[in-house]
Amino acid sequence: MSEITKTDVVIIGAGPVGLFAVFELGLYDLKCHLIDILDRPGGQCAELYPEKPIYDIPAWPEISGQGLTDKLMEQIKPFAPQFHFNRMVTRLERQPDGQFHVETDEGEVFETKVVVIAAGGGSFQPKRPPVPGIEAFEGKSVFYSVRRMEEFRDEDVLIVGGGDSALDWALNLQPIARSLTVVHRRAEFRAAPDSVKKMFELVERGSVRFELGQVSGLTGEGGQLSSATIKAAEGETEIPVTRLLPFFGLTMKLGPVADWGLNLHENLVQVNVETFETSEPGIFAIGDINWYPGKLKLILSGFHEAALMTQAAKRIVSPGEKVVFQYTTSSTSLQKKLGVA
Amino acid sequence: MAKITFVTFDGVRIEADAENGSTVMESAIRNAVPGIDAECGGACACATCHVYVDDAWQEVTGEPEAMEEDMLDFAYDVRPSSRLSCQIRVSDELDGLVVHVPERQA
Repeated sequence: MSEITKTDVVIIGAGPVGLFAVFELGLYDLKCHLIDILDRPGGQCAELYPEKPIYDIPAWPEISGQGLTDKLMEQIKPFAPQFHFNRMVTRLERQPDGQFHVETDEGEVFETKVVVIAAGGGSFQPKRPPVPGIEAFEGKSVFYSVRRMEEFRDEDVLIVGGGDSALDWALNLQPIARSLTVVHRRAEFRAAPDSVKKMFELVERGSVRFELGQVSGLTGEGGQLSSATIKAAEGETEIPVTRLLPFFGLTMKLGPVADWGLNLHENLVQVNVETFETSEPGIFAIGDINWYPGKLKLILSGFHEAALMTQAAKRIVSPGEKVVFQYTTSSTSLQKKLGVA
Repeated sequence: MAKITFVTFDGVRIEADAENGSTVMESAIRNAVPGIDAECGGACACATCHVYVDDAWQEVTGEPEAMEEDMLDFAYDVRPSSRLSCQIRVSDELDGLVVHVPERQA
Protein backbone atom coordinates (compact mmCIF):
# COMPACT_ATOMS: atom_id res chain seq x y z
CA MET A 1 0.00 0.00 0.00
CA SER A 2 1.25 3.46 -0.85
CA GLU A 3 2.12 6.12 1.69
CA ILE A 4 -0.76 8.06 3.21
CA THR A 5 -0.84 11.82 2.55
CA LYS A 6 -2.20 13.75 5.52
CA THR A 7 -3.99 17.03 4.97
CA ASP A 8 -6.71 19.32 6.32
CA VAL A 9 -8.87 19.30 3.23
CA VAL A 10 -9.21 17.20 0.08
CA ILE A 11 -11.04 19.02 -2.70
CA ILE A 12 -12.50 16.78 -5.37
CA GLY A 13 -12.49 18.79 -8.59
CA ALA A 14 -10.14 21.59 -9.68
CA GLY A 15 -12.66 23.69 -11.58
CA PRO A 16 -13.18 27.37 -10.76
CA VAL A 17 -15.12 26.65 -7.58
CA GLY A 18 -12.63 24.08 -6.28
CA LEU A 19 -9.81 26.53 -7.00
CA PHE A 20 -11.50 29.42 -5.20
CA ALA A 21 -12.19 27.15 -2.21
CA VAL A 22 -8.39 26.91 -1.82
CA PHE A 23 -8.31 30.69 -1.37
CA GLU A 24 -11.08 30.84 1.22
CA LEU A 25 -9.74 27.82 3.14
CA GLY A 26 -6.22 29.23 2.89
CA LEU A 27 -7.22 32.44 4.65
CA TYR A 28 -8.10 30.19 7.58
CA ASP A 29 -4.79 28.28 7.36
CA LEU A 30 -6.35 25.10 5.98
CA LYS A 31 -4.06 23.16 3.62
CA CYS A 32 -5.62 21.65 0.52
CA HIS A 33 -4.98 18.81 -1.88
CA LEU A 34 -7.02 18.90 -5.09
CA ILE A 35 -7.79 15.80 -7.15
CA ASP A 36 -9.10 16.06 -10.72
CA ILE A 37 -9.67 13.59 -13.51
CA LEU A 38 -8.47 16.06 -16.14
CA ASP A 39 -4.80 16.78 -16.78
CA ARG A 40 -4.97 20.47 -15.82
CA PRO A 41 -6.93 22.90 -13.64
CA GLY A 42 -10.12 24.65 -14.78
CA GLY A 43 -12.67 21.84 -15.05
CA GLN A 44 -15.38 22.56 -17.62
CA CYS A 45 -13.94 26.06 -18.16
CA ALA A 46 -10.72 24.53 -19.43
CA GLU A 47 -12.10 21.37 -21.05
CA LEU A 48 -15.32 22.57 -22.69
CA TYR A 49 -14.93 26.27 -23.35
CA PRO A 50 -11.42 27.63 -22.75
CA GLU A 51 -11.95 30.38 -25.32
CA LYS A 52 -15.61 31.11 -24.71
CA PRO A 53 -16.24 34.44 -23.00
CA ILE A 54 -18.08 34.45 -19.68
CA TYR A 55 -19.98 37.65 -18.90
CA ASP A 56 -21.31 37.10 -15.38
CA ILE A 57 -18.21 36.99 -13.22
CA PRO A 58 -18.44 40.02 -10.89
CA ALA A 59 -16.02 42.80 -11.89
CA TRP A 60 -15.02 40.98 -15.10
CA PRO A 61 -17.24 42.31 -17.90
CA GLU A 62 -15.79 39.59 -20.08
CA ILE A 63 -13.34 36.81 -19.34
CA SER A 64 -12.63 33.49 -21.08
CA GLY A 65 -12.81 30.11 -19.36
CA GLN A 66 -9.03 29.82 -19.57
CA GLY A 67 -8.56 33.43 -18.45
CA LEU A 68 -10.66 32.83 -15.35
CA THR A 69 -8.72 29.66 -14.57
CA ASP A 70 -5.38 31.47 -14.94
CA LYS A 71 -6.52 34.31 -12.65
CA LEU A 72 -7.74 31.87 -9.99
CA MET A 73 -4.43 29.96 -10.13
CA GLU A 74 -2.63 33.27 -9.57
CA GLN A 75 -4.95 34.17 -6.70
CA ILE A 76 -4.43 30.89 -4.81
CA LYS A 77 -0.66 30.69 -5.37
CA PRO A 78 0.20 31.98 -1.86
CA PHE A 79 -1.53 28.94 -0.37
CA ALA A 80 0.56 26.41 -2.35
CA PRO A 81 -2.21 23.90 -3.05
CA GLN A 82 -1.12 20.41 -4.12
CA PHE A 83 -2.65 19.17 -7.36
CA HIS A 84 -3.20 15.55 -8.35
CA PHE A 85 -4.32 15.40 -11.98
CA ASN A 86 -5.47 12.49 -14.15
CA ARG A 87 -6.96 10.81 -11.13
CA MET A 88 -10.43 9.91 -10.06
CA VAL A 89 -11.45 9.58 -6.44
CA THR A 90 -12.90 6.10 -6.21
CA ARG A 91 -13.34 5.59 -2.45
CA LEU A 92 -14.30 7.84 0.40
CA GLU A 93 -14.52 6.27 3.83
CA ARG A 94 -14.81 7.62 7.32
CA GLN A 95 -12.23 6.19 9.74
CA PRO A 96 -12.98 5.30 13.38
CA ASP A 97 -11.25 8.55 14.47
CA GLY A 98 -13.69 10.62 12.39
CA GLN A 99 -11.19 11.49 9.64
CA PHE A 100 -11.66 10.41 6.05
CA HIS A 101 -9.66 8.13 3.82
CA VAL A 102 -9.83 9.29 0.22
CA GLU A 103 -8.53 6.85 -2.38
CA THR A 104 -7.84 7.45 -6.08
CA ASP A 105 -7.90 5.05 -9.00
CA GLU A 106 -4.10 5.30 -9.03
CA GLY A 107 -3.99 3.90 -5.50
CA GLU A 108 -3.03 7.06 -3.60
CA VAL A 109 -4.54 7.42 -0.15
CA PHE A 110 -5.22 10.73 1.59
CA GLU A 111 -6.12 11.12 5.23
CA THR A 112 -8.14 14.29 5.69
CA LYS A 113 -10.38 15.98 8.21
CA VAL A 114 -12.63 17.56 5.62
CA VAL A 115 -13.72 16.59 2.11
CA VAL A 116 -15.05 19.19 -0.31
CA ILE A 117 -16.83 17.85 -3.38
CA ALA A 118 -16.52 20.50 -6.10
CA ALA A 119 -16.96 18.11 -8.97
CA GLY A 120 -19.26 20.21 -11.18
CA GLY A 121 -21.20 18.04 -13.59
CA GLY A 122 -19.31 14.99 -12.38
CA SER A 123 -16.14 13.45 -13.68
CA PHE A 124 -15.21 13.57 -17.33
CA GLN A 125 -15.30 10.05 -18.70
CA PRO A 126 -14.78 8.65 -22.18
CA LYS A 127 -17.86 8.43 -24.36
CA ARG A 128 -19.01 4.98 -25.34
CA PRO A 129 -19.75 4.69 -29.08
CA PRO A 130 -23.14 3.38 -30.22
CA VAL A 131 -22.06 -0.18 -30.93
CA PRO A 132 -24.45 -2.87 -29.71
CA GLY A 133 -22.96 -5.12 -27.04
CA ILE A 134 -19.71 -3.12 -26.64
CA GLU A 135 -20.01 -3.22 -22.82
CA ALA A 136 -19.29 -6.95 -22.78
CA PHE A 137 -15.82 -6.38 -24.24
CA GLU A 138 -14.80 -3.37 -22.13
CA GLY A 139 -11.69 -3.85 -20.02
CA LYS A 140 -10.70 -7.01 -21.88
CA SER A 141 -10.65 -6.10 -25.55
CA VAL A 142 -12.13 -2.61 -25.65
CA PHE A 143 -10.17 0.21 -24.00
CA TYR A 144 -10.83 3.94 -23.87
CA SER A 145 -7.22 4.83 -23.19
CA VAL A 146 -3.86 3.14 -23.48
CA ARG A 147 -2.35 2.46 -20.10
CA ARG A 148 0.10 -0.25 -21.17
CA MET A 149 1.22 -0.47 -24.78
CA GLU A 150 2.16 -4.13 -24.28
CA GLU A 151 -1.53 -5.03 -24.19
CA PHE A 152 -1.61 -4.21 -27.89
CA ARG A 153 1.47 -6.15 -29.01
CA ASP A 154 0.74 -8.67 -31.79
CA GLU A 155 -2.96 -7.83 -31.66
CA ASP A 156 -5.33 -6.79 -34.44
CA VAL A 157 -5.99 -3.25 -33.32
CA LEU A 158 -8.91 -1.12 -34.44
CA ILE A 159 -8.85 2.60 -33.59
CA VAL A 160 -12.02 4.63 -34.06
CA GLY A 161 -12.03 8.42 -34.18
CA GLY A 162 -10.42 11.34 -35.96
CA GLY A 163 -8.72 13.42 -33.29
CA ASP A 164 -5.21 13.59 -31.91
CA SER A 165 -5.70 10.69 -29.48
CA ALA A 166 -6.83 8.42 -32.29
CA LEU A 167 -3.98 9.33 -34.62
CA ASP A 168 -1.26 9.49 -31.97
CA TRP A 169 -2.11 5.99 -30.83
CA ALA A 170 -2.39 4.74 -34.38
CA LEU A 171 1.17 5.93 -35.03
CA ASN A 172 2.46 4.62 -31.70
CA LEU A 173 0.83 1.21 -31.80
CA GLN A 174 1.34 0.44 -35.49
CA PRO A 175 4.95 -0.82 -35.01
CA ILE A 176 3.96 -3.36 -32.33
CA ALA A 177 0.46 -4.39 -33.43
CA ARG A 178 -0.10 -7.35 -35.75
CA SER A 179 -2.45 -5.19 -37.81
CA LEU A 180 -3.81 -1.70 -37.32
CA THR A 181 -6.98 -0.24 -38.76
CA VAL A 182 -8.30 3.31 -38.32
CA VAL A 183 -12.02 3.94 -38.81
CA HIS A 184 -13.38 7.47 -38.99
CA ARG A 185 -16.75 8.67 -40.19
CA ARG A 186 -15.30 11.21 -42.64
CA ALA A 187 -12.11 11.94 -44.57
CA GLU A 188 -11.22 15.05 -42.52
CA PHE A 189 -9.34 14.76 -39.23
CA ARG A 190 -9.22 17.09 -36.23
CA ALA A 191 -5.66 16.10 -35.52
CA ALA A 192 -2.27 17.74 -36.01
CA PRO A 193 -1.63 17.89 -39.80
CA ASP A 194 1.71 16.19 -39.31
CA SER A 195 0.07 13.14 -37.68
CA VAL A 196 -2.51 12.95 -40.46
CA LYS A 197 0.26 13.04 -43.06
CA LYS A 198 2.22 10.33 -41.24
CA MET A 199 -0.82 8.12 -40.99
CA PHE A 200 -1.62 8.36 -44.67
CA GLU A 201 2.00 7.54 -45.49
CA LEU A 202 1.55 4.34 -43.49
CA VAL A 203 -1.73 3.68 -45.28
CA GLU A 204 0.04 4.08 -48.59
CA ARG A 205 2.76 1.63 -47.57
CA GLY A 206 0.11 -0.85 -46.51
CA SER A 207 1.08 -0.75 -42.81
CA VAL A 208 -2.17 0.87 -41.70
CA ARG A 209 -5.63 0.28 -43.07
CA PHE A 210 -8.03 3.23 -43.18
CA GLU A 211 -11.77 2.75 -43.49
CA LEU A 212 -14.30 5.51 -43.93
CA GLY A 213 -17.37 4.60 -41.90
CA GLN A 214 -18.57 3.59 -38.47
CA VAL A 215 -18.29 0.45 -36.39
CA SER A 216 -21.70 -1.20 -36.43
CA GLY A 217 -21.09 -4.55 -34.77
CA LEU A 218 -18.65 -6.61 -32.73
CA THR A 219 -18.27 -10.34 -32.41
CA GLY A 220 -16.34 -12.41 -29.93
CA GLU A 221 -16.74 -14.59 -26.88
CA GLY A 222 -16.17 -14.16 -23.15
CA GLY A 223 -15.12 -10.52 -23.53
CA GLN A 224 -12.52 -11.43 -26.18
CA LEU A 225 -13.14 -9.66 -29.49
CA SER A 226 -12.59 -11.52 -32.72
CA SER A 227 -13.99 -9.23 -35.39
CA ALA A 228 -15.73 -5.93 -36.06
CA THR A 229 -18.19 -4.87 -38.73
CA ILE A 230 -17.51 -1.54 -40.42
CA LYS A 231 -20.49 0.16 -41.98
CA ALA A 232 -19.64 2.47 -44.88
CA ALA A 233 -21.70 4.14 -47.57
CA GLU A 234 -21.01 1.26 -49.95
CA GLY A 235 -21.91 -1.49 -47.52
CA GLU A 236 -20.57 -3.50 -44.61
CA THR A 237 -17.22 -5.22 -44.23
CA GLU A 238 -16.04 -7.48 -41.44
CA ILE A 239 -12.43 -7.34 -40.33
CA PRO A 240 -10.52 -9.35 -37.70
CA VAL A 241 -10.12 -7.27 -34.51
CA THR A 242 -8.83 -8.30 -31.10
CA ARG A 243 -8.37 -4.83 -29.57
CA LEU A 244 -10.67 -1.85 -30.03
CA LEU A 245 -9.80 1.72 -29.00
CA PRO A 246 -12.71 4.14 -29.46
CA PHE A 247 -11.84 7.87 -29.08
CA PHE A 248 -15.11 9.79 -28.97
CA GLY A 249 -14.25 12.52 -26.50
CA LEU A 250 -15.47 12.95 -22.96
CA THR A 251 -18.78 13.23 -21.20
CA MET A 252 -19.63 14.07 -17.61
CA LYS A 253 -20.89 11.40 -15.23
CA LEU A 254 -21.61 11.68 -11.52
CA GLY A 255 -19.45 8.58 -11.05
CA PRO A 256 -18.40 7.26 -7.65
CA VAL A 257 -19.92 10.26 -5.78
CA ALA A 258 -23.23 8.41 -6.10
CA ASP A 259 -21.87 5.55 -3.98
CA TRP A 260 -20.79 7.50 -0.91
CA GLY A 261 -24.08 7.33 0.94
CA LEU A 262 -24.85 11.05 0.55
CA ASN A 263 -28.43 12.25 0.21
CA LEU A 264 -29.00 13.08 -3.45
CA HIS A 265 -31.59 15.14 -5.28
CA GLU A 266 -31.84 14.16 -8.96
CA ASN A 267 -28.16 13.19 -9.15
CA LEU A 268 -27.03 16.30 -7.25
CA VAL A 269 -25.72 16.35 -3.69
CA GLN A 270 -28.10 17.86 -1.16
CA VAL A 271 -26.54 20.41 1.17
CA ASN A 272 -27.40 22.55 4.16
CA VAL A 273 -27.39 26.17 2.94
CA GLU A 274 -25.77 27.51 6.10
CA THR A 275 -22.65 25.36 5.82
CA PHE A 276 -22.87 23.57 2.46
CA GLU A 277 -22.33 20.37 4.36
CA THR A 278 -23.85 17.21 2.88
CA SER A 279 -25.86 14.67 4.84
CA GLU A 280 -22.48 13.36 6.10
CA PRO A 281 -20.77 15.67 8.60
CA GLY A 282 -17.33 16.73 7.34
CA ILE A 283 -18.22 16.22 3.68
CA PHE A 284 -19.16 19.42 1.86
CA ALA A 285 -20.43 19.98 -1.68
CA ILE A 286 -20.08 23.28 -3.53
CA GLY A 287 -20.65 24.50 -7.08
CA ASP A 288 -22.67 22.81 -9.81
CA ILE A 289 -22.70 19.44 -8.07
CA ASN A 290 -24.85 20.53 -5.13
CA TRP A 291 -28.54 21.22 -4.78
CA TYR A 292 -30.60 23.29 -2.39
CA PRO A 293 -33.88 25.14 -2.85
CA GLY A 294 -33.24 28.05 -5.20
CA LYS A 295 -29.90 26.70 -6.44
CA LEU A 296 -28.47 28.39 -9.53
CA LYS A 297 -25.61 26.72 -11.39
CA LEU A 298 -23.46 29.83 -11.65
CA ILE A 299 -19.74 30.13 -11.00
CA LEU A 300 -20.43 33.08 -8.72
CA SER A 301 -22.82 31.00 -6.61
CA GLY A 302 -20.05 28.44 -6.21
CA PHE A 303 -17.67 31.16 -4.98
CA HIS A 304 -20.18 32.22 -2.33
CA GLU A 305 -20.70 28.61 -1.29
CA ALA A 306 -16.92 28.19 -0.92
CA ALA A 307 -16.75 31.11 1.51
CA LEU A 308 -19.57 29.82 3.72
CA MET A 309 -18.30 26.23 3.59
CA THR A 310 -14.94 27.45 4.88
CA GLN A 311 -16.45 28.74 8.13
CA ALA A 312 -17.85 25.30 8.89
CA ALA A 313 -14.76 23.44 7.66
CA LYS A 314 -12.53 25.52 9.93
CA ARG A 315 -14.60 24.53 12.98
CA ILE A 316 -14.10 20.85 12.11
CA VAL A 317 -10.35 21.12 11.52
CA SER A 318 -9.67 23.35 14.55
CA PRO A 319 -12.36 22.52 17.10
CA GLY A 320 -12.53 24.91 20.02
CA GLU A 321 -10.62 27.61 18.18
CA LYS A 322 -12.55 30.85 17.70
CA VAL A 323 -13.25 31.50 14.03
CA VAL A 324 -12.57 35.20 13.52
CA PHE A 325 -14.08 36.81 10.46
CA GLN A 326 -11.73 39.34 8.86
CA TYR A 327 -11.39 41.43 5.72
CA THR A 328 -8.41 41.12 3.38
CA THR A 329 -8.46 44.92 3.01
CA SER A 330 -7.65 45.56 6.65
CA SER A 331 -6.37 42.40 8.35
CA THR A 332 -2.59 42.29 8.63
CA SER A 333 -2.70 38.60 9.44
CA LEU A 334 -4.65 37.82 6.25
CA GLN A 335 -2.32 40.05 4.26
CA LYS A 336 0.68 38.15 5.65
CA LYS A 337 -0.86 34.89 4.45
CA LEU A 338 -1.33 36.44 1.03
CA GLY A 339 2.28 37.60 1.06
CA VAL A 340 1.42 41.27 0.65
CA ALA A 341 1.99 42.61 4.15
CA MET B 1 -40.43 33.88 -35.22
CA ALA B 2 -40.51 30.27 -36.21
CA LYS B 3 -42.39 27.27 -34.96
CA ILE B 4 -40.08 24.33 -34.33
CA THR B 5 -41.18 20.78 -33.69
CA PHE B 6 -38.94 18.48 -31.69
CA VAL B 7 -39.68 14.79 -32.07
CA THR B 8 -38.29 12.83 -29.14
CA PHE B 9 -36.79 9.37 -29.51
CA ASP B 10 -40.02 7.76 -28.31
CA GLY B 11 -42.05 9.75 -30.81
CA VAL B 12 -43.43 12.58 -28.66
CA ARG B 13 -43.82 15.84 -30.60
CA ILE B 14 -43.01 19.06 -28.76
CA GLU B 15 -43.82 22.36 -30.47
CA ALA B 16 -41.94 25.51 -29.57
CA ASP B 17 -41.99 29.13 -30.67
CA ALA B 18 -38.47 30.35 -31.31
CA GLU B 19 -37.28 33.90 -31.75
CA ASN B 20 -35.26 34.89 -34.77
CA GLY B 21 -31.55 34.97 -33.98
CA SER B 22 -31.79 32.47 -31.14
CA THR B 23 -30.59 28.92 -31.60
CA VAL B 24 -32.62 25.75 -31.95
CA MET B 25 -30.79 24.41 -28.85
CA GLU B 26 -32.04 27.37 -26.76
CA SER B 27 -35.59 26.55 -27.78
CA ALA B 28 -35.11 22.93 -26.78
CA ILE B 29 -33.77 23.89 -23.35
CA ARG B 30 -36.47 26.51 -22.74
CA ASN B 31 -39.13 23.94 -23.55
CA ALA B 32 -37.43 21.17 -21.60
CA VAL B 33 -37.17 18.86 -24.59
CA PRO B 34 -35.92 15.56 -23.18
CA GLY B 35 -32.73 14.27 -24.75
CA ILE B 36 -31.04 17.62 -25.39
CA ASP B 37 -28.33 18.08 -22.74
CA ALA B 38 -26.35 21.06 -24.07
CA GLU B 39 -23.65 20.59 -21.45
CA CYS B 40 -21.44 23.43 -22.71
CA GLY B 41 -24.24 25.93 -23.07
CA GLY B 42 -23.94 26.58 -26.79
CA ALA B 43 -20.20 26.94 -27.37
CA CYS B 44 -20.02 24.18 -29.99
CA ALA B 45 -17.80 22.37 -27.52
CA CYS B 46 -19.56 19.24 -26.34
CA ALA B 47 -21.83 17.67 -28.99
CA THR B 48 -24.64 17.03 -26.50
CA CYS B 49 -27.35 19.04 -28.34
CA HIS B 50 -27.18 16.71 -31.34
CA VAL B 51 -30.32 16.42 -33.49
CA TYR B 52 -31.32 14.88 -36.81
CA VAL B 53 -32.85 17.44 -39.15
CA ASP B 54 -35.99 16.11 -40.81
CA ASP B 55 -35.44 15.12 -44.46
CA ALA B 56 -37.70 17.91 -45.69
CA TRP B 57 -35.64 20.58 -43.95
CA GLN B 58 -32.03 19.65 -44.60
CA GLU B 59 -31.67 22.00 -47.53
CA VAL B 60 -32.92 24.98 -45.53
CA THR B 61 -30.78 24.33 -42.43
CA GLY B 62 -27.73 23.65 -44.59
CA GLU B 63 -24.46 21.88 -43.90
CA PRO B 64 -22.51 22.07 -40.66
CA GLU B 65 -19.45 24.33 -40.66
CA ALA B 66 -15.99 22.88 -40.10
CA MET B 67 -15.94 23.38 -36.32
CA GLU B 68 -19.39 21.83 -35.93
CA GLU B 69 -18.39 18.94 -38.18
CA ASP B 70 -15.37 18.38 -35.89
CA MET B 71 -17.61 18.31 -32.81
CA LEU B 72 -20.00 15.91 -34.50
CA ASP B 73 -17.19 13.34 -34.38
CA PHE B 74 -17.98 13.15 -30.66
CA ALA B 75 -21.73 12.78 -31.02
CA TYR B 76 -23.64 9.55 -30.57
CA ASP B 77 -24.85 7.78 -33.72
CA VAL B 78 -24.03 10.44 -36.34
CA ARG B 79 -25.97 10.34 -39.59
CA PRO B 80 -25.96 12.51 -42.74
CA SER B 81 -28.82 14.57 -41.24
CA SER B 82 -26.91 15.24 -38.00
CA ARG B 83 -26.49 18.80 -36.74
CA LEU B 84 -25.69 20.40 -33.42
CA SER B 85 -28.79 22.36 -32.51
CA CYS B 86 -26.73 25.16 -30.92
CA GLN B 87 -25.37 25.93 -34.39
CA ILE B 88 -28.75 26.28 -36.14
CA ARG B 89 -29.91 29.92 -36.01
CA VAL B 90 -33.63 30.53 -36.08
CA SER B 91 -35.06 32.71 -38.86
CA ASP B 92 -38.44 33.10 -40.58
CA GLU B 93 -37.21 30.61 -43.16
CA LEU B 94 -37.16 27.89 -40.52
CA ASP B 95 -40.83 28.28 -39.61
CA GLY B 96 -42.20 24.73 -39.40
CA LEU B 97 -38.76 23.11 -38.87
CA VAL B 98 -38.86 19.52 -37.62
CA VAL B 99 -35.88 17.99 -35.82
CA HIS B 100 -35.55 14.54 -34.30
CA VAL B 101 -33.82 13.90 -30.98
CA PRO B 102 -31.41 10.93 -30.91
CA GLU B 103 -31.74 8.04 -28.49
CA ARG B 104 -29.12 9.63 -26.27
CA GLN B 105 -26.43 12.29 -26.37
CA ALA B 106 -23.47 10.36 -25.03
